[in-house]
Amino acid sequence: MELGVYSFGDVQIDPATGGLGSTAQATRNLLEAIQLADQVGLDYFGIGEHHTHEMPASAATVILGAAASTTKKIKLGSAVTVLSTDDPVRVYQQFATLDAVSNGRAEITAGRGSSTESFPLFGHSLRDYDELYAEKLDLLLQINDNPRVTWEGRFRAALDDALVVPRPDEGKLPIWLATGGNPQSSVRAGMLGLPISYAIIGGQADRFAPLAELYRKAGAHSGIAANQLKVSVASPGYIGADSQQAKDFFWTHWHRTMEQLGKIRGFAPPPRWSYDREVEGTGALFAGGPEEIAERIVKLHGALGDMRQFFQMDVGQMPHKDFLRSIELLGTRVKPLVDAELAGQEKKENINV
Amino acid sequence: MSEPIIGILGAGRVGTALARLAVKAGYDVRVATAKPPAEIALLMEFTAPGAKAETAADLITASDIIILALPLRKYRDLDPALFKGKIVVDAMNYWPQTDGHLPEFDGAESSSEVVQRHLAGAHLVRGFNHMGYHEFEQDARPEGATDRRAMTMAGDDPAARQAVGDVIRRLGFDVVDAGPLASARHFGIGTPIFGAGISASDLGDLLKAVA
Repeated sequence: MELGVYSFGDVQIDPATGGLGSTAQATRNLLEAIQLADQVGLDYFGIGEHHTHEMPASAATVILGAAASTTKKIKLGSAVTVLSTDDPVRVYQQFATLDAVSNGRAEITAGRGSSTESFPLFGHSLRDYDELYAEKLDLLLQINDNPRVTWEGRFRAALDDALVVPRPDEGKLPIWLATGGNPQSSVRAGMLGLPISYAIIGGQADRFAPLAELYRKAGAHSGIAANQLKVSVASPGYIGADSQQAKDFFWTHWHRTMEQLGKIRGFAPPPRWSYDREVEGTGALFAGGPEEIAERIVKLHGALGDMRQFFQMDVGQMPHKDFLRSIELLGTRVKPLVDAELAGQEKKENINV
Repeated sequence: MSEPIIGILGAGRVGTALARLAVKAGYDVRVATAKPPAEIALLMEFTAPGAKAETAADLITASDIIILALPLRKYRDLDPALFKGKIVVDAMNYWPQTDGHLPEFDGAESSSEVVQRHLAGAHLVRGFNHMGYHEFEQDARPEGATDRRAMTMAGDDPAARQAVGDVIRRLGFDVVDAGPLASARHFGIGTPIFGAGISASDLGDLLKAVA
């Protein structure tokens, strides 16, 4: 089972002013975080496209390209690329280039994005929300299948036997579909035979189990081989040496992010009792000590059959050193526990057979 | 109304969560979208086993209470003639971030008043909008539970409010009746009630404070 991290490039507090700090520094911090994640043996680092002062990671491939030169094994992906407002040709070229410079470690995760700043930024209308995504995904998949593309659509110029390069050594790039739990998205991913990435950011995580089943059923229905139908889970999380301290610490930062979001979108930030309910058992928030987080990862894996879980740790202007410490604990403490537990389960199954 | 048939338009996160709860509560539940029923049937098999997939037109005819769980911008596609005399629960919210700017919702009134004008012959009740879809199942409790949370609703027809209130209670929540549809603005996006997840007495206090 793979473990990893994702980030939107959370900006720190500037101690001199008490306000939001440098977006350039936050970008450099990400490079350090990715390098550490690789060093401690984590499998995946994703950067989620955002366009705000708090979360300025707008150009994931540039950061991941720089990180490619300081890392060896970690897979580098987007979590997510807001495909609806980007040009699939350009997205493909950039990730194929990343794939080349990282020796085959690039992945694309395509989504519609839950925040929609990119629509006015790139001159698209939210009225075309569904149509934009469907059309651009279609083009992106065609480019992945074939270096020469002939294509026509509503939202960009037609392509006539156009060549899209560079090409990945492995032939194709992994393209994941990201979804927040709309059942139609699980059906779509299954029918297309694409791996699916569930963003589980609140409530009870095991409510996604029926969706994962639906995804696999839709895939089987379209004749997709079972080993091609992969599930990954993205969720907020933070690991500290002490369970209660980790929960209390993450609460202050998670709550701040919820307050910021709530102000923009008009909802009351969830209270502490709701948070407490979600940082245990099958809750969606993975804050706590290494042992319990490992246990909860394995438990969710049992319900969803996910092959990867990765965590957004740096939220609500978390100090960079705490972000790094949490990455370290995920790699050095949580990952070995998860590996051992799953190996033990496999052994038991083999004996039973 | 002895045992109402519940029809849900929309099979997204809100629609499927409500369908699961309603099936669990023992209702006859129908679900429809613009897609063919066979496709929705597959969705229901996993997300709300027991709910029947139908065409939207069949669902509207068959159901006693119709819940609108669509992205708000799709309300214009609903044919008002089909909804004449029906009890309709508007569970939709106006999210300019995902709906885009819809100028008819810019005013001070709630989005449900705009939807009611479109569905002029329907007995519309605004409900299920101030709680997140992932909280529906997490927070649902049997009647009398000490940690049971409350939902409020508003609509101009008292009989429709009565019927919808019965459904909300049976799904697992206390009900605080906010009265006519004009009071729906007191629990829309940006109000203290929106997303609060509170008991009936606290919800009642918040409503009194703004009324």
